Amino acid sequence: MKIHEYQAKSLLRAYNVPVPNGEVADTPEKARDIAKSLNKTSIVKAQIHAGGRGKGGGVKVAKTPEEAYEAAKKILGMQLITHQTGPEGIKVQKVLVEETSNIKKELYLGMVVDRARDKECVVFMASEAGGMDIEEVAKATPEKIIKCAVPPAVGFSPFEARKLAYGLGLGTDKSLSAQFTNITKGLYELFVAKDASLVEINPLVLTVEGNLIAVDAKINFDDDGLFRNPDIRELRDENEEDPLEVIAKNAGVNYIKLDGNIACMVNGAGLAMTTMDLIKMAGGEPANFLDVGGGASPDQIEKAFRILTADPNVKAILVNIFGGILRCDRVANGIIQAAKNIDMKLPMVIRLQGTNVDEGKKLLKESGLKFTVADGLYEAAEKVVALLK
Amino acid sequence: MAILLDKNSRVVVQGITGSEGTFHTRESVKFGTKVVAGVTPGKGGMDVDGIPVYNRVADAVEKQGANVAALYTPAAFSADAIIESIEAGIGLVVCMTEGIPVTDMIKVKQVLKTSNARMIGCNCPGITTPGVGKIGFMPSFIHKKGNVGVISRSGTLTYEAIWQLTNLGIGQSTSIGIGGDPIPGSGFVDMLALYEKDPDTVALVMIGEIGGTAEEEAAEFIKSNLTKPVVSFIAGRTAPPGRRMGHAGAIISGGKGTADEKFKALEAAGVIVEKNPAEIGKRIQEILAKKKGKKK
Repeated sequence: MKIHEYQAKSLLRAYNVPVPNGEVADTPEKARDIAKSLNKTSIVKAQIHAGGRGKGGGVKVAKTPEEAYEAAKKILGMQLITHQTGPEGIKVQKVLVEETSNIKKELYLGMVVDRARDKECVVFMASEAGGMDIEEVAKATPEKIIKCAVPPAVGFSPFEARKLAYGLGLGTDKSLSAQFTNITKGLYELFVAKDASLVEINPLVLTVEGNLIAVDAKINFDDDGLFRNPDIRELRDENEEDPLEVIAKNAGVNYIKLDGNIACMVNGAGLAMTTMDLIKMAGGEPANFLDVGGGASPDQIEKAFRILTADPNVKAILVNIFGGILRCDRVANGIIQAAKNIDMKLPMVIRLQGTNVDEGKKLLKESGLKFTVADGLYEAAEKVVALLK
Repeated sequence: MAILLDKNSRVVVQGITGSEGTFHTRESVKFGTKVVAGVTPGKGGMDVDGIPVYNRVADAVEKQGANVAALYTPAAFSADAIIESIEAGIGLVVCMTEGIPVTDMIKVKQVLKTSNARMIGCNCPGITTPGVGKIGFMPSFIHKKGNVGVISRSGTLTYEAIWQLTNLGIGQSTSIGIGGDPIPGSGFVDMLALYEKDPDTVALVMIGEIGGTAEEEAAEFIKSNLTKPVVSFIAGRTAPPGRRMGHAGAIISGGKGTADEKFKALEAAGVIVEKNPAEIGKRIQEILAKKKGKKK
C-alpha cells in the first residue's frame, strides 16, 4: 500500500526523524494561510502517489503567501503527468506547503527487505548521490550505494549507522554522526512497527546550518501487515488507485487493470499470470490480471464478470479454471448463472480442467450462451484471440 | 524414496478444527497420509474423525510421535504457530496460510536457522508424495507415482504441470509447492539439493514467477551442483512492474525480478526453459526418452 508524502512525513515526525515544517492544503486559501504561518519562502508540492512531480510541473517555490496561493491554484486540480503516472496522469487533490531548506548536500537513504537467500532481512541503502533516481545510480554507478543489512536477531545497532555515516562522508562529524544514527534508528523502528515494505528519503538533506532533514519521504507498506496496523489502513487514498481496481478490492476480487482488450478470469495467481502470458503469446493483448481464488463461487464469478465487463476496452473474455477441490460442473453452473444475471454480451472462451471436467464442458455447451469451449492452455488463448479477428 | 514426506512422516495438523483444516485433513487421510494429531489451542481433548486434538504441539509430539506439522492457521497467528512447532522439535513444518506479514517471516527464518527443522511455505499448496501421502491441498486425482520431481511457487499452475505429466504416463516422486511469498521457508535451492540426492528422482520441473531472485539463485546452484535435467517455466512475462500479481512475492521491484531475466539465467545454467506452459510435460517426455535411448 502506498501513502502520500505528507502522511509519510507525519509518520517520520512521530519517530523523531526531522522533516521540514509544513502542512497539507486542499485549497489555495489554505496554502496561503500555511505559507503565512511559516513566514518563510515555502515550497508547494503536489501530493500524488508517484515520483517525478517536479519535472511534471507539480512543485513550485513560493517566496510569499500570495505566490503560494497562485502556485496551489495552478497545481490543485491539475492532471499531473510524470514518468511514473501513465499518460493520463493523476488529478492533484492536495498540496504540501512547507519550508524550504538551505541545501549544502543531498543524500539518499532507503530501506527495503532484501529477499536474497543469504539476506532475508531489512537492508539500509545510502548514497551521496541524493536527489537522483536511485535505480539510475544503481545501474550506472552501483559502487556509490552503500548497503547495510540489519541482522534480525540483533535489530538496529548504532555502529551500523555510523558505518553508513562514514560512507556518506558524515562519520567524522560528531553531530552529524549522532543525527544520522537517530534518523536510522527511528526509521528502523517505524519499518518494523508498522510493517513497511519500503522507505525512501530522497533527498536526505544536509543543510548549510549543519542539520540533517528529510526533505522528501516515501513509505510503502506490506499489504499483509495492514490487518494489524489500523492507523496505516486509514491512510489509504482510493483516489490514487484505478477506479475499477478500487471496486474490485472492495468486492474482494483480486484484480489488476492492464491496457489490452482480452479479459481473463482464472483461479490461482500463477495460473492467472500464465494466462495473461498465453494471450500475448497467441497475438492478443491481456486486459487484466484476475485471480478468482480457490472458492470461485457463483457469487465470486458474477462479481468478477461485472468488473471485467465494466472496462470499456474489453472485447472478449477468457475463463481458465483448473478445478481441484473446486468441481468443474459447479464452476460451469456458476459461469452460466453469472452470465445470465449480468446479461453477458461479450464472446467468451472457457477452458476448464480437473474434477468433473466432462460434466462441466457439457453444461457449457448446452447452455445456449455464447461460449466457446477449449481444452488445452494454448488452444484456449488461440481461440479467444481468433474471436477478435 | 522421495523427499521430505515419506513413510515415516507422522503429521500433526495445526488448525485442524477450522473448516479448511478439517476438510483438507480428511483429504490427506484419504490419500494415505498418517495424520496422527491435531492442535488447536483451547480445543484439546476433542477429536476429528478419531484424530486426537491437543492444545499444544509438544503434546502431539510426546503423545503421538508427530514429526511433521501442517498449518491451516489464520495469518495473524501463523508465525507463532510455526515457531511453536519448531521449538517442539518438529522436523518439517508446512504452512499453507496466505497473508503472513513479511516481518513475521523474517523472525521465523531466524528461528529456523538455529534449529534442525525445515519449513515449506507459507502461502503454498503443500507437498505430495504419490503412494505415501500429501500435506496441503493439491487435488488428489492429478498425481501419479513416478520419478519426476516438481518444485513450484504456484498453486493451480503446479496442478496443470503435474496433470500434464500424469496424462503422458509420467509419474512424480514428490511435488512441492514452495509458495508465493517473498520470504519462503525454503527456496528452490534447498529443494534442488534434496532432489539431487534422491535416487527416486531422475528429472525436475521447476515453476517460477516474477519477483525476487530465487530462480537466479537456483540457476547458480544448478550450474555447479545438479546433474539431473530441469525443465523450467516462469509465469509473468506480461506482468507490469511494481504491481503485486496476486502472490506477495510476485512483484517486479526496482526493475529487478522480471520473467525474462529469470529465463535468461536458467538457460545459461543449462536448464531447458519452456515459454509455452502447455508444453512442459512434453519437454520432460523428450528428456526421459533420450535417457532411455542412451541406456540402450
